[in-house]
Amino acid sequence: MSARETILRRIRAAVADAPEVAVPRDYRTASGAGGLGGSAVQDLPGLFAERVDDYRATVLRAGPGEVAGVVAERAAARGVERLAVPPGLPEEWLAGLCDVRLLRDDPPLANDELDRAHGVITGCAVAVAETGTIVLDGGPGQGRRALTLLPDYHLCVVPAGHIVRGVPEAVALLDPRRPLTWISGPSATSDIELDRVEGVHGPRVLDVVIVGN
Amino acid sequence: MRVALFITCVNDTLYPGTGRAVVSLLRRLGCEVDFPEAQTCCGQMHLNTGYQDEARRLARRFRAVFARHEIVVVPSGSCAATIREHYPRLGVETPRVVELTEFLVDVLGVTDVGAYFPHRVTYHPTCHSLRGLRLGDRPETLLRAVRGLELVPLPGAEECCGFGGTFAVKNPAVSAAMCADKCRAVLDTGAEVLCAADNSCLTHLGGALHRQRTGVRVVHIAEILASTEQDKPAGTPIASGRGR
Amino acid sequence: MSGTFLGMPAFPANAARAVQDSQLRHNLRKATHTIRAKRLSTIAEVPDWRELREAAKAVKDATLRDLDRHLLCLEEQVTATGGHVHWARDAAEACRIVAGLVRATGETEVVKVKSMATQEIGLNEALAEHGIEAYETDLAELIVQLGDDRPSHILVPAIHRNRAEIREIFLRSMPDAPPGLTDEPAALAEAARLHLRQRFLASKVAISGANFAVAETGTLVVLESEGNGRMCLTLPETLISVVGIEKIVPTWRDLEIFLQVLPRSSTGERMNPYTSTWTGATEGQTFHLVLLDNGRTDVLADEIGRQALRCIRCSACLNVCPVYERAGGHAYGSVYPGPIGAILTPQMRGMGSPLDASLPYASTLCGACYDACPVAIDIPEVLVHLRARAPHPPAERAAMGAAAWTFSRAVRLTRAQRLASRLRRLLPRRLPGPLSAWTDTRDLPEVPAESFRDWWSRTQGGPR
Repeated sequence: MSARETILRRIRAAVADAPEVAVPRDYRTASGAGGLGGSAVQDLPGLFAERVDDYRATVLRAGPGEVAGVVAERAAARGVERLAVPPGLPEEWLAGLCDVRLLRDDPPLANDELDRAHGVITGCAVAVAETGTIVLDGGPGQGRRALTLLPDYHLCVVPAGHIVRGVPEAVALLDPRRPLTWISGPSATSDIELDRVEGVHGPRVLDVVIVGN
Repeated sequence: MRVALFITCVNDTLYPGTGRAVVSLLRRLGCEVDFPEAQTCCGQMHLNTGYQDEARRLARRFRAVFARHEIVVVPSGSCAATIREHYPRLGVETPRVVELTEFLVDVLGVTDVGAYFPHRVTYHPTCHSLRGLRLGDRPETLLRAVRGLELVPLPGAEECCGFGGTFAVKNPAVSAAMCADKCRAVLDTGAEVLCAADNSCLTHLGGALHRQRTGVRVVHIAEILASTEQDKPAGTPIASGRGR
Repeated sequence: MSGTFLGMPAFPANAARAVQDSQLRHNLRKATHTIRAKRLSTIAEVPDWRELREAAKAVKDATLRDLDRHLLCLEEQVTATGGHVHWARDAAEACRIVAGLVRATGETEVVKVKSMATQEIGLNEALAEHGIEAYETDLAELIVQLGDDRPSHILVPAIHRNRAEIREIFLRSMPDAPPGLTDEPAALAEAARLHLRQRFLASKVAISGANFAVAETGTLVVLESEGNGRMCLTLPETLISVVGIEKIVPTWRDLEIFLQVLPRSSTGERMNPYTSTWTGATEGQTFHLVLLDNGRTDVLADEIGRQALRCIRCSACLNVCPVYERAGGHAYGSVYPGPIGAILTPQMRGMGSPLDASLPYASTLCGACYDACPVAIDIPEVLVHLRARAPHPPAERAAMGAAAWTFSRAVRLTRAQRLASRLRRLLPRRLPGPLSAWTDTRDLPEVPAESFRDWWSRTQGGPR
């Protein structure tokens, strides 16, 4: 008998007596249903900004026409000379940059080329206010997964309309067939005395620009 | 109100003073106390050490002894928790069983039992009282109403003292380490008296506090609640300490 | 690492050694108390925590109830999206499969993401026998590997090491450690970053586990902090994931529960820095999924014990456990230490060795673990259940039998009490045999002159 058949038979024998289980979903769900639905958070961008800031990432706000200026200011502040850019990123976000070499990931950059980039700029698919999380799904302006991994600096532009309250709302909006990267602050570790330290293998610096209100 | 008292084998054998205090307290509050003399032990030690058959026999015995009683009061958090939580798993149903402070606060609806105990006291919420029975702040509420009593909070109160029944003998090193930390926390409060709702944990803690000659004595909460300015419960050796 | 735990003495002996190690005690106390406070504060801000916990528990129970169906669905989805699925009955078979897959690539080095399943099966040692070197990339795993040590915690395998010790390990065993390395956590993390960078860029094969596998979509999920997971999951050409069969959740939507309860329970954060999800062969990678039984179906067959398979490896139970805090993880002799290990290891390995038979007793049944568990595993209940199945020492059996006999008639108890009262002045202050463990550190209570029941029958409860 194959391992597959053996394991499946063991399982069937093991749970033959197990009762059916109903899953209560009384927690706050995306549809606002559940015992505690209809949460009262008004200012999602404000909550998101506060929670991102708790991870020791830098949060900036920009009006719809101010993104290029803020991006240019951030790139200068972080000393970025080579900036990786995913396909499909709105060109107007880059309009203010000067003295920055743009590394277009189209065709894909080699890993060591990407490793030499100082930073990367992306948008995002969804952002979660309660947890201060941005989610990339590889869509336009977000790039493949390595793009936001190898450079030491990540500048993420988050349109305010992409921000949802909690994890259930984000899960409902995302497509599981796409490779997803959920990012909550810069890379960190709790491996030394169980205390969080920022900066290990992923980008050690994360700037988040919230656009609009 | 008529109540049956399950004294527990530990109190019966080693701490009759706690039992006398429970009787005196309940009578003072207007209860009629029955003590079914056929009672012995709830089987907690057997159950928790892995002797399920013996535990089941003792559980059935308990059921038979208390079958005709409406409510059973138990001055021990762990025994009450064993009966309430574990008996159903052994397939044994019992009449209503309540721990002493639950009985006072929830059933009698009193928080001031008219006690007098002019000492600095810290309270250790034993694990079965805290996480098993969910006694919450009932014991502290009762203690706060005691005249003359100064209640000081115990740092890290929710942490286990390291007794754990046969754990204390099977894993003596860890048990002693946990006990040492708990004793240090007790000493840090500057209390004269360590109080709990379970004499088994107090046997462990009191034994260590006595061995270390700390001068802190352990007292079951019933003995504090029974104390009045007029009549100390007959013969309760509160001041003598319990170690040898 | 599992091999190195073989032949260890029983838990009490291991723990007795550990409690005497002041450095270990200090490290564990500091780390567990830090994480306890963080966990409590991030959970307190979730208004529906109780409902999430109930849902998490129910999803896991429902999954286990129909595990065969969900596994087949997962297999179908992973295959349909270009991945390859393998089944392993036990550790040896899983290691054989993985070694074969690595050898087929022609590579002799692999990078690894921290994974409990691969530790459990002793994969690194098995690969070494096939001439394949496995490099751990998680900071704590790296500390353990460089220090030739064993893991002592599910989430933070090097929790028993403090910063000064980690610095010494790096200076001793990391060839490219900067000579002026300080014990600042940031500096230590930087050293690990530099040490592993080229290896990440050059590696062609990575091995991971997974926190969750979604049956309906074939999606795998890895939660991590450092970015080493992302490096391993995305850069190499071949990815091999070894996943226990209980890691399944039925639907994509179920992640909305677990992505909330896992980070807050494990590191006490609202969210871990990185979560990666992928479905089948992704971005041109070759993907293999190895589904592992290795004793899990035995656990599943135990009506009470099977709740241990709900475990999502958050390690909250370790962090709140007073016994773990003092005994340390090594005392449990398994990659699964702490309360969850005390119920999982004896079920997966059986109770044939003195160590495994002692694990159900490595607890005071204080219940802190059950309170902390985000999937509501009633660990004390399972411990008591396993104690009933554990072998009992003859002397203990005799003593328990005698006690049961005494308690079976009130008259026997009365006689025993009167005898003790008569002899009260003669009773020894130090108890003999195993009971000396009690009197080594504690005085005995005084035996009263009269038991409660004798007082009652004499006075009918005293004056009214």
